[in-house]
Amino acid sequence: MKLAIASGKGGTGKSMVAANLAYALSRTEPVTLVDCDVEEPNLHLFFPAPATTTEVTVLVPVVDETTCQHCGLCGEFCQFGALTVLSSRVLFFPELCHSCGGCSLVCPNDAICEVPKRIGTTTISTPLPNLKLISGMLDTGNPHAVPIIRAAKKMAEGDPLVICDSAPGTSCPVVETLDGCDACILVTESTPFGLHDLRLAVDVAARLGVPIGIVINRSDGEDQATIEFCTEHDLEVMLIVPFDREIAAIQSRGDLLCRVRPEWQKAFTALFIKCSSLTGVEP
Amino acid sequence: MIRIAVISGKGGTGKTMITAALAQLLPGSLVLADCDVDAANLELLLSPKIVRTEPFMGMKTAVIDPTLCTHCGECMEHCRFGAIERDGKAPHRYQVSPLRCEGCAVCVHVCPIAITMKPRQTGEMMYSDTERGHLVHARLVPGAGNSGLLVHAVKKTAIEQDRNCDLFLIDGPPGTGCPLISTISGVDIVLIVTEPSVSGLHDLKRVVAVCRQFRPRILVAVNRFDLEQSLTETIQLWCSEEDIPVIGKIPFDPVVIESIRKGVPVTCAGTSPATQAIQMLASNLEQELKPYRDQRT
Repeated sequence: MKLAIASGKGGTGKSMVAANLAYALSRTEPVTLVDCDVEEPNLHLFFPAPATTTEVTVLVPVVDETTCQHCGLCGEFCQFGALTVLSSRVLFFPELCHSCGGCSLVCPNDAICEVPKRIGTTTISTPLPNLKLISGMLDTGNPHAVPIIRAAKKMAEGDPLVICDSAPGTSCPVVETLDGCDACILVTESTPFGLHDLRLAVDVAARLGVPIGIVINRSDGEDQATIEFCTEHDLEVMLIVPFDREIAAIQSRGDLLCRVRPEWQKAFTALFIKCSSLTGVEP
Repeated sequence: MIRIAVISGKGGTGKTMITAALAQLLPGSLVLADCDVDAANLELLLSPKIVRTEPFMGMKTAVIDPTLCTHCGECMEHCRFGAIERDGKAPHRYQVSPLRCEGCAVCVHVCPIAITMKPRQTGEMMYSDTERGHLVHARLVPGAGNSGLLVHAVKKTAIEQDRNCDLFLIDGPPGTGCPLISTISGVDIVLIVTEPSVSGLHDLKRVVAVCRQFRPRILVAVNRFDLEQSLTETIQLWCSEEDIPVIGKIPFDPVVIESIRKGVPVTCAGTSPATQAIQMLASNLEQELKPYRDQRT
């Protein structure tokens, strides 16, 4: 079973839910936690452990200037403006390249070959006996998060229980994370910002056909609008975590609510059981 | 026009709340842009009156004409994004998943007969009036790609329509990827809003590394600084080692959430610890702006 934790709005507590869920479940079964927020991955801060790092590469074109006739076809073809053909040389802008391979395909002189270029890393560690942590990390300055997410998720393929922690937002990184998941938990906060962005996140998950459960985090008791929205859309609020300075402090210093206050383990295990019932997959 | 972007690395640190307050507090004419196009929230605090809305066309998307497709599978073989799939109900039929298609047109190259690139609306952009000047904001179709392109379009509109304004104030996206890079390119100053948590500090360091590839002046503000004093000190120490001024420290204050629930900038809430701290932040930022303002007069 593959579960995603997403949110729309940033900073609502995705990583908190993902880390505590993984911690609680790993007491009884093997869990693979995948940090798909590759622009700002944080899960490794909660589970420090020696890790093995692998580079993630994408293919980028290299033009052989001796065979290139500067016909310009590659530059015309590239939809991303990554190649500009001058009369005597070709300019390549790697940050614009999507690695589609089109340029080498259209070159009539076979002057373009593709070589791997590093864009980030994945790391894998075993911070707890039953817990495997895979973190994707985009190199700073690189714009393309999606290939890293794909690589990180691939490393978890075949594992029995996978929890993917998504980036905030509603665009390609979120789609890549949710894709292929059996269910998702959307973490929200009871503010107009939280609700506005929850609507968008629900829309994305629905478009992808991924069943949804809701967690309200840092609740100050003013949850009516969020609960009404969930009732209207037939979404179950599966867990409410109250606002509490001590819970905030536990999270801030990189600790886990379920470790410091073991009574919370039950709540996260119950959250998982509710989520599993969305999928029809045996937990 | 001095260009300022409020960014954060980590999400949910208070970018939008601070941007709305700065819009009220900074003197001079102003144009605003919400570049967090995935989940744009600035409009929830500034009550914009929409002047006009225009569609945003992202990259074109491949479309397969089933009457011309010979089911050879060549397109699927060449697509590097897994965007071409077989129809679940009719397995011999190939179709394009618009959510995955990046618009590269490789499939059209291998099959010019059955496949064409069609324009697709992936969002809309609004040009609005607010009390403090024009606001350019946008809505990405949920799940659509091209958020970096939409950010570029939003910035371009603001700069072209309001070129005579003194300030261009941007509410940025979280993260370090495509939309963030598109946001900070060409800005003079970035104000990074962080929080005292291990995640906040980690993400601050990464987003600073990205900013340094673009050379804007980097400033930092710590929001909810009193929730974990020792980490606030760690952040300040790191910033001083990196020669980055910390120009504001805002305490945790329930007034912030109250004003968000009312849909107004926190500066409208009267005197409270957070509003006082934000006034201090704005006056420190104004000091930083002075050389830029002098240069332009």
